[in-house]
Amino acid sequence: MAIPLSYNVRSLAARWTSTVVAVLGIAGTVGVFVAMLSLARGFEATLVASGSARNAIVRRAGATSEMDSSVMLEQVRVVEDAPGVERGDSGPLVSPEVVVIASFPLRGRGVEGNAQVRGVSLKALAVRPTVKIVAGRAFQPGLSELLVGRNVAASYEGLELGQTVRFGGGTWTVVGVFDSGGTAYDSELWCDYSVLRQVYQRPLNMFQSATARLTSPAALTGFKDSLTSDPRVTVQIDREIDYYAKQSRQLTTLITVLGSIIAVVMGIGAVFGALNTMYSAVSERTREIATLRAIGFGSGSIVVSFVVEALCIALVGGLVGCAVVLPLNGLTTGTINWQTFSHLAFAFRVTPGLLAMGLAFALLMGLVGGVPPAVRAARAPIAFALREL
Amino acid sequence: MVSIDGRADSKSLIRARGLGKTYRRGGEQIHVLQGLNLDVDASDFVAFMGPSGSGKTTLLNLLGGLDVPSEGSVTVAGDEITRMSGAKLTAWRARHVGFVFQMYNLIPVLTAFQNVELPLLLTGLSKAERRSHVETALAVVGLDDRMRHYPRQLSGGQEQRVGIARAIVADPTFLLCDEPTGDLDRKSADEVLDLLDRLVRDHGKTVLLVTHDPRAAEHARLILHLEKGVLVESVTASPPR
Repeated sequence: MAIPLSYNVRSLAARWTSTVVAVLGIAGTVGVFVAMLSLARGFEATLVASGSARNAIVRRAGATSEMDSSVMLEQVRVVEDAPGVERGDSGPLVSPEVVVIASFPLRGRGVEGNAQVRGVSLKALAVRPTVKIVAGRAFQPGLSELLVGRNVAASYEGLELGQTVRFGGGTWTVVGVFDSGGTAYDSELWCDYSVLRQVYQRPLNMFQSATARLTSPAALTGFKDSLTSDPRVTVQIDREIDYYAKQSRQLTTLITVLGSIIAVVMGIGAVFGALNTMYSAVSERTREIATLRAIGFGSGSIVVSFVVEALCIALVGGLVGCAVVLPLNGLTTGTINWQTFSHLAFAFRVTPGLLAMGLAFALLMGLVGGVPPAVRAARAPIAFALREL
Repeated sequence: MVSIDGRADSKSLIRARGLGKTYRRGGEQIHVLQGLNLDVDASDFVAFMGPSGSGKTTLLNLLGGLDVPSEGSVTVAGDEITRMSGAKLTAWRARHVGFVFQMYNLIPVLTAFQNVELPLLLTGLSKAERRSHVETALAVVGLDDRMRHYPRQLSGGQEQRVGIARAIVADPTFLLCDEPTGDLDRKSADEVLDLLDRLVRDHGKTVLLVTHDPRAAEHARLILHLEKGVLVESVTASPPR
């Protein structure tokens, strides 16, 4: 039978100062690790949630994003006639859209930030049923009116309901606020595409993308095959959810890699903390360990006992680190989306999976910090160790 | 019966032949024990005396399987322990040897009960059986009312009695006591020695005792003197009390 766990737990409590130092080292590392990953997850989730499995986004073949894409009016007509497109009261649910970047003063920062302004028709609301108007009303076609995402007023000055703002050579009035459920659209300003094209002097028959609502997610294949084999159009088609996942990949990868590097560097420090704690534990208890071995506990029992002790420290550290980061869940922050060069508000997402990863990372640190001292404890000559004070 | 001439019959419980231990310090060899022969029968009480550095504790460590000799052999109850591997020797210690240390060597974060229970964790006994054994051992040493006390809540004499309870709880073949009264006042020392007497007399235990204290040694049936690693004489002490 193994050495009782109560021996380890009480020994840790008896040496509480060094235990606390090791716990804090691991907690800090786990906290940073989980916080960075929750930032990446939040960004990714915000963009991925922007897409729907039932929507297909049509862009010019070869375009990397909507910003460098163009879709002509004739092509939009072909898209509308393609198989698999859902039809509503107002005809096929296809939303041709124009996207521009405009800068507005960021709230409380004294600098300007880019926001994505999306020119749409009112069909856009039918194509994206998750978008709900929560205050005011929709823009009226032909007027310089803005319907803004719920994060816009919080991120920028002068974009609250009823306020007037100048950009692109026009004067616009905010007439409504919409909520898209925490997606990227919540950081956008929507308006009538025809007005936006005039203000920005864009060709009147040109859009940048067309988003089609399909009858079902499975309808994408037929829709795509039809358009890619049609000689009248040269377009690329993505399921909307995949398009946004691709958009999120660059920054998500960057945050994940940076977060991991920081966590690994901090983790090395935390491992040394755990090593120090466990080596001093072994050193202080040389005679106790020798006594246990004299009584008949084998080297394996000793190693397991001290590794378990290190893992106890790591587990507590991991739990503390996770507990500290948990309040970040849902906290909104913002960054530049490098695919669209516009400001994107998103919330930290501290998921159960990330917490499990944090705990696993903590236990790994405990294992690395616990094994060498445990092996030393098991290898010391008993006869000499029994005489240690 | 105890013999140091190496001619005793093979029935003795503990038998050492040509036992030697040499340490190397720098380029120098230090012979701590040399060519030692010893035979101890079951239920004997033997005391080893001698000046510091004479090899008493080293001998005890070799007989208890805590150290390996440079030469010679130790056989206990027919098993030659000097040929055993590390893991086998560990298991053998758990089964056959009860250790009593000068500084008691109790685990400070465990209660008296839990300290005494430690050797039983290595047996296949159930929790209820372990409890029964521990209570019996603590009753033998007169500390059944101190089971929940931690070592820091006990006097030195009581700590050593807990140490003895731990040594006897698994009913080992023999007890090795290394200066068990060395850190105790006279009264506590007498209590501990009386306890060892009772273990030999009433429970038939075999006890090997290392001590500097002639009064402690007098409790043994035979006193063996070690000088520079050699057993030089034996003195029969008072008959068992």
